[in-house]
Amino acid sequence: MPTLSADPYLKRSDATGYGEVDRATKERLIGEVFEDPRFPHYLYGCYECGICVAACPSARFYDFSPRRIAQAAARRDVELLYQQLEEDVWECSQCFSCLRCPRGNNPGGIVTIMREVAVREGLASAKEALAGYSRIIYKIMSTGTQVSPDMLQPDAFPDWGPEVKDVSVNLDLWRRMLPPETMHTTTTGWQVADRTLVELYVIWLETGALDMIAQVDKGIHMILAELMEERLEEEGIEL
Amino acid sequence: MTTSAVNVILSRKERFEREPDRRSEDFHHHLFELEAEGELVVQRVAGEVVEVPTKYGIAKRIPKAHLWHHKSCGQCGHIPGYSTSIFWIMRKLGYDYLDPEDQTSCTAWNYYASATSNQAAQAAVAVRNFAAAYETGFFPLIHCGTSYGHYKEVRSELLHDAALRAQVRKVMERLGKQLVLPEEIVHYSEWLYAVRDEIAQRAVRDVCNVAVTVHPACHYYKLVEGDAIYDPDVYHGQRTAAVSGLVQALGADLRSYSTFFDCCGFGFRHILVQRDFTRSFSTLRKIEVMRAEADPDVVLTHDTGCVTALDKSQFAAQAHERNVGVPVMSEAQFAALAMGAHPFKVCQLHWHSTNYRPLLEKMGIDWRAAWAEFEEDAKRLSDGRQQFLTWADVDA
Ligand code: SF4
Ligand code: SF4
Repeated sequence: MPTLSADPYLKRSDATGYGEVDRATKERLIGEVFEDPRFPHYLYGCYECGICVAACPSARFYDFSPRRIAQAAARRDVELLYQQLEEDVWECSQCFSCLRCPRGNNPGGIVTIMREVAVREGLASAKEALAGYSRIIYKIMSTGTQVSPDMLQPDAFPDWGPEVKDVSVNLDLWRRMLPPETMHTTTTGWQVADRTLVELYVIWLETGALDMIAQVDKGIHMILAELMEERLEEEGIEL
Repeated sequence: MTTSAVNVILSRKERFEREPDRRSEDFHHHLFELEAEGELVVQRVAGEVVEVPTKYGIAKRIPKAHLWHHKSCGQCGHIPGYSTSIFWIMRKLGYDYLDPEDQTSCTAWNYYASATSNQAAQAAVAVRNFAAAYETGFFPLIHCGTSYGHYKEVRSELLHDAALRAQVRKVMERLGKQLVLPEEIVHYSEWLYAVRDEIAQRAVRDVCNVAVTVHPACHYYKLVEGDAIYDPDVYHGQRTAAVSGLVQALGADLRSYSTFFDCCGFGFRHILVQRDFTRSFSTLRKIEVMRAEADPDVVLTHDTGCVTALDKSQFAAQAHERNVGVPVMSEAQFAALAMGAHPFKVCQLHWHSTNYRPLLEKMGIDWRAAWAEFEEDAKRLSDGRQQFLTWADVDA
């Protein structure tokens, strides 16, 4: 029986540009994708009809194709999948327009799983894709809300127009002018109860989500771990 | 093709029905089965209920009152008039609600952007929020399109994966909570659709000359599509009726355009660190197409990300003399305006970027007078006479 790499339709390591990474590593990483419990529900095969590509926003502006993702996964083309793990997956918009697939595939879902593997394994490409993203991770994991009003700073969003400056100048006042009491906050989207934050920290720690951060950003992991552990200790919760 | 063949196709499209083998499963049966086996707790839809049609004809039950507002990071963070308008409409129609502090974000924005989370963590965050709602007796109403879509993903994973259920149950035990799933996952725009006639009855501003285009949120109707609303009376049941159904009920001039199905270009990570992509997609594929084909006075959508991407992308595009300049807001803000809400104290339009003033003028709203009122209130707060603006103030 011919081996996978002998199949003329499968990509060779020199063609994908990752010849220096050994085959066992690639197989292990891509194996993690195949073993994810969601994977069998995300791929049923591929007609190569391209309907997903026509619907895909990222395919329009990047060298990216949901069909190529589904196709590589359907063929178990480890070399091509590895290249996509390193290069393509961060271009996907995660809009799931590709669910329009007549075969019932979910290429965007395959990308979600691949990204999770890239982060869990601390790939350099994942670190690079997430550089500049730490403060968002910190915000969501430490406060339970993601976009705080005080993030809306004109230097961070120079292309969003002069209203950004108006908001940041008047922030405290304008927040106090919101009728719902939970929204008078400026450092969180809304007021989150202390007990609720503690519960969230238990979730991050127990499910290993916090450990994933260590793979892509050691500094932010250290700060978050300290914050959460201290807080749980205060509450008398042992993990 | 002969004329008669065309007529046959057109008549079929008038009442569009999907073939049975294309229908996604009805999850309810499975949900109640697992409840009977003691695997989870189902929070029932209760009180006055409206049944709405969904994509494959399965009725979805929307409770009218006693709702637990599951807020949205983006709305509350930088489009606060979005959430405020939802609350305001609910108050005007006389339906009770709870605005909880024991709610966290669904954390899906971060998850889709960075993948620094996993299946179990995402499911546990969802179930913790559902359990918190269940404990109050109020039924969860999900404000964000992404929370809504992601929670439906989580529901499907929990229903089909016993190992995941066991893992989440263990985490919940640590928190002293149960594994709770609601009978329906309801988006606020579904609630607006369900009460659209009541909203239309309470409208005090005529919007029949306002041209509206709708951008439906991907995570609303593409992600776990089965229980999104489709109504034979809205686009012949071929497009989701969320948002558009309300626009029709209000009597506004609903206009179509060819890239209706396209995403807004938000991209989760892209909107923060790769905005050239978001901006290009939003303006070239959505706003410019709408302008060329439908010339709308306003774009209405029902998700935080879409309002952000479509609204904020237009400023820079203007510098390149692109054909942009359409105000963007949620249908909740638009409906509130039609019902007489204050454009700044309730709808908080000053947080938006694209010029909404011509729209207000078309709706018969004196925005200069309204802004002067807002500034008067602001003065009261800034000189310490009052600390916060309350519902009583905005309704005065
Ligand atoms: S989820 Fe990703 S692959 Fe699918 S259509 Fe959206 S951008 Fe394309
Ligand atoms: S739409 Fe589905 S079957 Fe067609 S190319 Fe894309 S993944 Fe393959």
